[in-house]
Amino acid sequence: MIHFVLLISRQGKVRLTKWYSPYSMKERSKVIRELSGIILNRGPKLCKFVEWRGYKVVYRRYAGLYICMCVDHDDNELEILEIIHHYVVILDHYFGSVCELDLIFNFHKAYYILDEILIAGELQESNKKTVERLIDAQDLLEEVAEEDASSVNHIIAQASKNK
Amino acid sequence: MAGPSLMDSLFQRSLDDIIKGVRLCPPGTEPTFIAKSLDEIRREVKSTDRQTKAIALQKLTYLHSLHGVDMSWAAFQCVELSSSSAHSHKRIAYLAASLSFNPSTTDVILLLTHQLRKDLSSSSVHDVSLALSTLSSICNPDLSRDLTPELFTLLSSGKPFVRKKAIAAILRVFEQYPDAVRVCFKRVVENLETTDVGILSAVVGLFCELAVKEPRSYLPLAPEFYKILVDCRNNWILIKVLKIFAKLAPLEPRLGKRVVEPICEHMGRTGAKSLAFECMMTIVSSMSEYESAVKLAVGKVREFLLDDDPNLKYLGLQALTMVAQKHMWAVLENKELVVKALSDVDVNIKLEALRLVMSMVSEDNVMEICRILISHAQKSDPEFCNEILGYILFTCSRNFYEVICDFDWYVAFLGEMARIPHCQKGKEIETQLIDIGMRVKDARLELVDVARSLVIDPALLGNPFVHGVLAAAAWVSGEYVALSRNPFELVEALLQPRTSLLTPSVRSVYIQSAFKALIFCIWSYGKLNGDDASDPSALTELVAKCHLEGNSETVACESLSDTEVDNANMVIAGGQMSSASSRKYHLTKESLEGLVNLVGTNLGPLAGSDEVEIQERASNVLGFIELMKPELYGHLGHTEGNGMKGKLEASEVVKLMFDVFSEELGPVSLSAQEKVPLPDGLVLKENLSDLEAICSDVKFPLSTSFSLVHSQIMEKDTASSPECKEESGPSTESTSLLAEHRKRHGLYYLPSENKGTTFNDFPPAHEPKDKTIDEAEDLAKLTEESLIIKKKQNQVKPRPVVVKLDDGEGLNVAVEKSKVKTDLISGAVREVLLGNEATTSSSRSKSSNKSSKRREVDRIPESGNDIVNTAISERSNVGSGRRKHQTHLSSGKEKEQHDHKGKQKRDSRHHKHKSRQRADGAMNIPVQSPVIPDFLL
Repeated sequence: MIHFVLLISRQGKVRLTKWYSPYSMKERSKVIRELSGIILNRGPKLCKFVEWRGYKVVYRRYAGLYICMCVDHDDNELEILEIIHHYVVILDHYFGSVCELDLIFNFHKAYYILDEILIAGELQESNKKTVERLIDAQDLLEEVAEEDASSVNHIIAQASKNK
Repeated sequence: MAGPSLMDSLFQRSLDDIIKGVRLCPPGTEPTFIAKSLDEIRREVKSTDRQTKAIALQKLTYLHSLHGVDMSWAAFQCVELSSSSAHSHKRIAYLAASLSFNPSTTDVILLLTHQLRKDLSSSSVHDVSLALSTLSSICNPDLSRDLTPELFTLLSSGKPFVRKKAIAAILRVFEQYPDAVRVCFKRVVENLETTDVGILSAVVGLFCELAVKEPRSYLPLAPEFYKILVDCRNNWILIKVLKIFAKLAPLEPRLGKRVVEPICEHMGRTGAKSLAFECMMTIVSSMSEYESAVKLAVGKVREFLLDDDPNLKYLGLQALTMVAQKHMWAVLENKELVVKALSDVDVNIKLEALRLVMSMVSEDNVMEICRILISHAQKSDPEFCNEILGYILFTCSRNFYEVICDFDWYVAFLGEMARIPHCQKGKEIETQLIDIGMRVKDARLELVDVARSLVIDPALLGNPFVHGVLAAAAWVSGEYVALSRNPFELVEALLQPRTSLLTPSVRSVYIQSAFKALIFCIWSYGKLNGDDASDPSALTELVAKCHLEGNSETVACESLSDTEVDNANMVIAGGQMSSASSRKYHLTKESLEGLVNLVGTNLGPLAGSDEVEIQERASNVLGFIELMKPELYGHLGHTEGNGMKGKLEASEVVKLMFDVFSEELGPVSLSAQEKVPLPDGLVLKENLSDLEAICSDVKFPLSTSFSLVHSQIMEKDTASSPECKEESGPSTESTSLLAEHRKRHGLYYLPSENKGTTFNDFPPAHEPKDKTIDEAEDLAKLTEESLIIKKKQNQVKPRPVVVKLDDGEGLNVAVEKSKVKTDLISGAVREVLLGNEATTSSSRSKSSNKSSKRREVDRIPESGNDIVNTAISERSNVGSGRRKHQTHLSSGKEKEQHDHKGKQKRDSRHHKHKSRQRADGAMNIPVQSPVIPDFLL
């Protein structure tokens, strides 16, 4: 199973972290420090697997962004590489040629999409279309709600209600 | 109340504002900005307006997940917001909860139970999906127990999207609350027959995770997995199914036989590397007894190795490492590729190749492999070089140097490794040099030679990494100085000026070794000159006694005693002996005097060293030299016969020292300490707390006796007469205090008849052999019986004896604790599956004979394995005779396997049973006997 997912920029900035196994805050920052040290220093033409604390970390680089997944020792590295790519393709499609800034300003969207792909550290949906459909449907729900909430009427109603 | 709420809503900073703010922060001010934002968030999150709360929570989640800000304080607000009816709020609340809640420490999780239950049974699929995702990440036993009924309903939900997530999430519920298995497992199994890819993927993934922990319980499901393996065309699912089979196949040989063919088909057909790799790994890890399949897999491995993609190369090497355990030929076939990978640009690939190479090491090829590796090490960067050396040292020393036959080679090789410029494995080499010295007598001659070349090389002294090795070399050459070609040269080397570069601890070893060598020289000189004081035969005995019994040592012994009997004999022997004997010729008075003077001048300044260890040892040697000088000069004026008494004493001292140093040090068993019986009356468990009260009334004398200055003065005083140094006890003041204390609190002192000889009660570290040896010591020491001699026939050079202690050292191989604790999940799974099978058999037994039913019932109470076998045998009946029409019948088979549900039409079932009976007619009886049936599927 996947123990955690990390998105790290080339400068070592964290762009997304998702933990499927329990790690305390202290452990989390230690893990991130350790792994970004290892992975960011690896050259471009090397293999994308790193052995780390008895686990395997599979990573893939997209422009300035490294996507890393930590998996068990008997997991299939090539499959994980494909999952990473699967995620990136969906992100790309969702944002329309995704860039790092998209992920920074829409960090929650990145999480929502990841949650549709992985659950409990396992791949749950391998169909890109399905994932996109689900995310769009939820966004639609959200938009409707947001329109309601952000209207001046709503704010005034809220305020007068509290009086 | 309304004021701040309205203000907060209107002027609240949005998520974008925060993100921009953090990004625009000048370096260093980020923490201040975040702290300020946190203050705002703290206020906003308490707002009664849900929208304000939601945005605050979202901002907090951002800071938490990307900037590591603690948000456990906002857990309650997450729970609050999750009850909002708006999906967007729910989404934010659940995201925050799943990212920040810790299942074991966040106590408000329980407050979320009700909301989760509500959302799990909501009509909106998106709410359900959110709740499931959250549940999977914050699951704890209470939550699992309370929500099991809802999950059970969802497992057969009509919406594939929901069902899939429920199946995936239930893994966590099973882990936290194994009783859920009893309720839900049957439904989970039913999902194996779905046609929906998403659900199938989830359910196979679930079983894959479960099977990793305890595969045996899932054997009865093998037919379902087999169907998926054959029918499914989705690579993601196939990979998971292969993983399951990799776990199941070793438990059930017939299973491997069945699945190996489809796996090979998949491997040949697929274009996806991930699937090909999984097939490959499944075959080499679990089906390595099927030669043809392994051949195919190794062919695929070779493709990977030849590929330019470093990923595939790396994985290929990994797969090859796995094959190597059983099929060495596979590695040999790809040898040149593996060796090439050793010089790859990628460290990970190099390491993998190194691991693979080391896994091939055996007695026959160890020399060749080490030769190749060492040449690689010399070319590599320091880090990898040490990686190689570490692996070599580890592999060669494994299990008491199991793979080493030629210790002379290995010892020389160790010396060679120490000389590699990047070598940082000094510690390990040091340990092994000493270890071999103690364990392998036959290697000592070569060891001394290697040690000599190490000690003598002034260049090595400058490299701090080899200091450990040098310490070992110095110790070896001092300990086995009798085998040395030229002790004079050795003493010189040990005292060379550059030794000042060594660390104090190493340097003290040097001094001690020089001391040993010096004593050996003086002693041999005394013997050679036909010392009148001792009669020759006694001397020979002494030599024989003192020397170690090894072959090479006897050579030295003989050469010594021969010297006395007949000088002419000496030249006859080979190089080593003649050199040993020629040395004796050079042992003249002048050379000895020169040696003593050399030691004196070199060690003189060290007697004032700041390092106690160096200072003390140097003083020892100097004191000894002082003692010896009269004797040497006595020899000078031998004819006069003056100082005869002093000379005698001196030679006795030399003999004594020689005896002490030639006592062999053996390896000590780890359990030696435990074997020493407790002396009578020694109470170890006595509470010593009242000792403090006693100690408090003892006035500690503020004497200066611990200061270094004082001791140096003492040293100077006693240097001329070292004998008195030993006699000088503690200061009279403290002695009297001590005596008084003893009188008052005798309980805490060891019992003794006369207090003067208290120190003699302790056995010396190395008791001379002729004394009666303490029983306990005897056990701890090495005895002839405890040697395990590993005989190796048909070898040009027999493997020398490697001393192993009979038991003690086995202890650190750790007594393997059997896993008594049975997995709760698998226990429950077994129960459920057993229930399944029981109903199967009973429904079937209507049409089959009664004996089969009875057998089924009889066997149920037996342990898991039997149950599984029974279940398999039930199913296996179906498979026999169908092999030819496999594809044609697979759908029919499926129906039959689940006919117990009674959903099939009666007549079709009847038909199936007929065909089964026809097929198995002859085999019915053997199948019913406890013998394992022929087919699994």
